[in-house]
Amino acid sequence: MIRIINLFFIIFFLLSAKAYSLIEIDITRGNLDPLPIAVSPLFQDDSSKRNSINELKIENVGSEISLVVENNLKISGLFNPLSKEAFLQKPDIAHLKPRFEDWALIKAQALITGKVTIEDKKLKVEFRLWDILAGREMMALAFTTVPSNWRRVGHIISDKVYERLTGEKGYFDTRIIYVSEEGPKTARVKKLAIMDQDGFNTKYLTLGNELVLTPRFNPTSQMVTYLSYFKNLPRVYLLDIETGTQEVVGDFPGMTFAPRFSPDGKKIIMSFAKDGNSDIYTMDLENRIVERITNHPSIDTSPSYSPDNRFITFNSDRSGFQQIYVMKSDGSNVKRISFGKGLYGTPVWSPRGDLIAFTKLHKGKFYIGVMRTDGSGERLLTENYYQEAPSWSPNGRVLIFYRETKSNDKGEGFSAKLWSIDLTGYNERQVQTETDASDPSWSSLLSN
Amino acid sequence: MNFSKSFRNTFLIILLSLIVSACATKKTTTTVEGQMQGDVYTGTDTVKYLADGVPDRVFFATNESILTTKSRDTLRKQANWLRENSSINVVVEGHADERGTREYNLALGERRANAAKDYLITYGISADRISVISYGKERPVDSGSNPLSWSKNRRSVTVKAN
Repeated sequence: MIRIINLFFIIFFLLSAKAYSLIEIDITRGNLDPLPIAVSPLFQDDSSKRNSINELKIENVGSEISLVVENNLKISGLFNPLSKEAFLQKPDIAHLKPRFEDWALIKAQALITGKVTIEDKKLKVEFRLWDILAGREMMALAFTTVPSNWRRVGHIISDKVYERLTGEKGYFDTRIIYVSEEGPKTARVKKLAIMDQDGFNTKYLTLGNELVLTPRFNPTSQMVTYLSYFKNLPRVYLLDIETGTQEVVGDFPGMTFAPRFSPDGKKIIMSFAKDGNSDIYTMDLENRIVERITNHPSIDTSPSYSPDNRFITFNSDRSGFQQIYVMKSDGSNVKRISFGKGLYGTPVWSPRGDLIAFTKLHKGKFYIGVMRTDGSGERLLTENYYQEAPSWSPNGRVLIFYRETKSNDKGEGFSAKLWSIDLTGYNERQVQTETDASDPSWSSLLSN
Repeated sequence: MNFSKSFRNTFLIILLSLIVSACATKKTTTTVEGQMQGDVYTGTDTVKYLADGVPDRVFFATNESILTTKSRDTLRKQANWLRENSSINVVVEGHADERGTREYNLALGERRANAAKDYLITYGISADRISVISYGKERPVDSGSNPLSWSKNRRSVTVKAN
């Protein structure tokens, strides 16, 4: 038996491109066989436990951090965290030197161990990632932060593990900004809300006195741009989520809407509607110079830059119906790229540059899909009664969007929720929010 | 004796309710048909009046901002009323139904509100008395998810501003 396993190791070694590690996850395909991983609770000694209770009102912050990691890995769809009840080795011993046979016995292929201490109002965390099959350490890291940051520590560990095992950056130490919705359809109250990617630490950024829509993160800072109906004037605003400072940026005589940052964070691109015509404009945030990018009697909206700032994709009905176009960022070389049946909207360029995600409406159904930037290779990922507005995870592997349910004739049964799906079309999940929610936008990695 | 009497009564009640419900069903379908032409709403359920005989709103076909004959008639009435009440300014609100992407619908609402505004201007109302605002699909009047509800929501509404 052992000989067979050894043989398997050798073959794997030869075939694997990264011969130094045995575990590797291919995230380009739908992963129907997630990697069994054991997340051992991070060990915390008794004196630290007392400090943990004093500082955080949590008895064992080590266990809590490991739960954050476990949940992240699980929702990624690429990992299958094993039940802790089956673990044979104690957390502190495992962290020093795992007994690999014990972990192999419960079918774990990777193991995360760690240790936390809280001293002098500082949280010190160290963790290790182990390759069970190869019987060796793959990674060891330690960091120190303030105790209240303990959930972020869990997210950073998750990102490191994801990156080590998939070869791509993670997306766990991120936040989602969205519109929180409450009340009946005919009098919906909408507020800007922000939360950690896993649905924790929700904060409301506006009070609901005025209608707010379509918040989007600046990929390079903690700034958000959104549409507000403050004083009944629909305008594009800029909000610093650290300081709470707000300012209007699209104060033109008409309506400014559909804002998004350029990838370098220096410009806002948006639509400006006047006299029944919507065109695309940019504003340089430093010198406030406004540039007109499109000039056409049709509706041009939902603009989004390519990650290299050289191109813009947008939505126009110049052909008679809503379709997706790509142009150079100075507005030249406009080309229609969507030619399938139905209407196409909300194009968003992937942070990897190779794909454009969109919403499609065909025969009364709404789809979230992706296509190459020349319009070829269209793939529909999910079909539903109503869904739209995809936003990419910073690594370009997951899309978050919102979905509404059909209401009956009295308007009952209506809901709006956030959902996510992998680029592969697998791993569709509802993202938990405290209230109904729409218009999600994914931040960049906070630690980088 | 008692039993057969109550049985007969129950039977009558069932029969009656069947007749009533049959009528009710028939009546609703005809009303729905009578309330839309193509997919443009032609009913009066949600309509308010700026003055006697002056409806406040006009309705549009899906994805369209073209004014129907009936809409033009309504807007001429509004223009007459505005001429007679020269101190009143208005806001034309443009709206879309829930079956479109949010940003496109904002633009569509703006286009619809301006279609109504332009018509009022053609009939002699000064542009500076009319402002427009688009709510896209954010302010439906009917919260149902069916073709009739959507037709009521594809509208522009003229509202007194002062």
